[in-house]
Amino acid sequence: MNAFLKVEGLAKTFVPGKPVFADVDFGFERGEFVCIIGHSGCGKTTILNVLAGLDTASSGNVFMDGREVAGPSLERGVVFQGHALMPWLTVRRNIAFAVESRWPDWNAAKVNEQVEKFVAMVGLSHAIDKKPSQLSGGMKQRVGIARAFSIQPKMLLLDEPFGALDALTRGTIQDELMGIVRETQQTVFMITHDVDEAILLADRILLMSNGSETPSGYVPGGIAETVTNPLPRDRTRAGLHHLGGYYELRNHIVDFLVTRAKAGH
Amino acid sequence: MSTQAHPSLNLRAGLVSLLILAVLLGIWYAATLPSGGAGSAGGATAGMTPEQIEYAKLMGKDVGAASASGSGKSSGFPTLGQVASTFAQQLANPFYDNGPNDKGIAIQLAHSLGRVGLGFLFACLVAVPLGFVIGMSPLLYRALDPFIQVLKPISPLAWMPLALYTIKDSSISGVFVIFICSVWPMLINTAFGVASVRRDWLNVARTLEVSPMRKALRVILPAAAPTILTGMRISMGIAWLVIVAAEMLVGGTGIGYFVWNEWNNLSLTNVIFAIVVIGVVGMLLDLMFARLQRLVTYVE
Repeated sequence: MNAFLKVEGLAKTFVPGKPVFADVDFGFERGEFVCIIGHSGCGKTTILNVLAGLDTASSGNVFMDGREVAGPSLERGVVFQGHALMPWLTVRRNIAFAVESRWPDWNAAKVNEQVEKFVAMVGLSHAIDKKPSQLSGGMKQRVGIARAFSIQPKMLLLDEPFGALDALTRGTIQDELMGIVRETQQTVFMITHDVDEAILLADRILLMSNGSETPSGYVPGGIAETVTNPLPRDRTRAGLHHLGGYYELRNHIVDFLVTRAKAGH
Repeated sequence: MSTQAHPSLNLRAGLVSLLILAVLLGIWYAATLPSGGAGSAGGATAGMTPEQIEYAKLMGKDVGAASASGSGKSSGFPTLGQVASTFAQQLANPFYDNGPNDKGIAIQLAHSLGRVGLGFLFACLVAVPLGFVIGMSPLLYRALDPFIQVLKPISPLAWMPLALYTIKDSSISGVFVIFICSVWPMLINTAFGVASVRRDWLNVARTLEVSPMRKALRVILPAAAPTILTGMRISMGIAWLVIVAAEMLVGGTGIGYFVWNEWNNLSLTNVIFAIVVIGVVGMLLDLMFARLQRLVTYVE
């Protein structure tokens, strides 16, 4: 197997003998959109942070494009759950900070051109010179997405990017994200709690179970199942529930979360 | 209505302030009013025989003046009028220099501000970089904490003998005392501000592979700037308190020495004048740092 991203035998242990998750193996191809879904505490964010290089696993390896992931890199853009914009900088300066870090030898005009292009991509050109405190939650998250895209990483990692947004805003930004990803052929790995969000966006959905105590001893969490999305790639949020196979897929995932994911806590 | 509420509140507060000032000055005026003078309109000499008057004069009591100001038993505390004329005199000529013991208020202030500025500047140069290092390293934070906790509560004036002995210059010793008292709040606040920069921002810098220097200047410094400025503001407040005491101790020049010198001259009007000047200058220094603080504060 020579996948673009390869995760082998990943495990993370905080309490000795009781790893949060163990033997996590998965991989995906360039241009794929992969969602991971599971209850709180199953270790989704830890896996994402290991992929980002922000955290280290207790055992196992991650390879991207044939090279081992060891520490953070500009090759992997991260959209943080709490947008993580720097409040003392305007939208323009926030994204310019990322662009200047990616291409230190670019002149100011070239940096600015790149910044304006990606701000326009998320539809925020009118707010480019505002500070984050003057923006709504949805707008801030859009800026976070624009910042991650602006460095043109090989892979984009999103940690529940829409978790804190209201349903309407979430829908709009999901549509935008889908459009941008289709257009740029971006490889994306995303954490979500929202089944419909996963079905709309992902080509493949990883279902993750929590670690739990069973009569035969402790069983660590891990990837219980990988579901390939059978719905056509040109699906839209509005037409999703009219597509054949949608309800079967949705029921399957919900059943997994309710009965098999073992959210003990 | 609501648009008028704001200025009218300020206006009313200002009026109340003026009223309080007027009452305080009124009490002062009444308290220093010559007693007994009004009752016996003829003055203190009225009930005295010529022999008694002559005796009083021989004892060094200025009977004529006493009756002129009507003061049978004046407390000696300066009246409003006397203080006002001292204010006018001092402010009319703030730059005069009649030798080491008689200089204008502006010259004395300049000496004090110079010492405070110099000591404060050195404290900044030490505290901000050191605070940065301490804030970034949990090991150093803990290792240096006992030293900071012991050194911080020491009255800066307690260092004065050591400073005088080693430096052998009273003026530079004053600067050292200012340095030692301003360094702690700045050091502690810088370390705290740097240590509590949000993890998210540091993670952004990590994923962008930002160099340590760029991370320090572009992420940590602006994130910690409001806390650092708060430390500087506290330091400046303490420095201005300490300089008066330090200059009383070492003498020579400065506003603290001026107060002590005027006390030795028994010129309470000048002491009162100096007290007011110290207060006003301290307020202006604080306002300056409040302005700086507002410049670097951000809303999350």
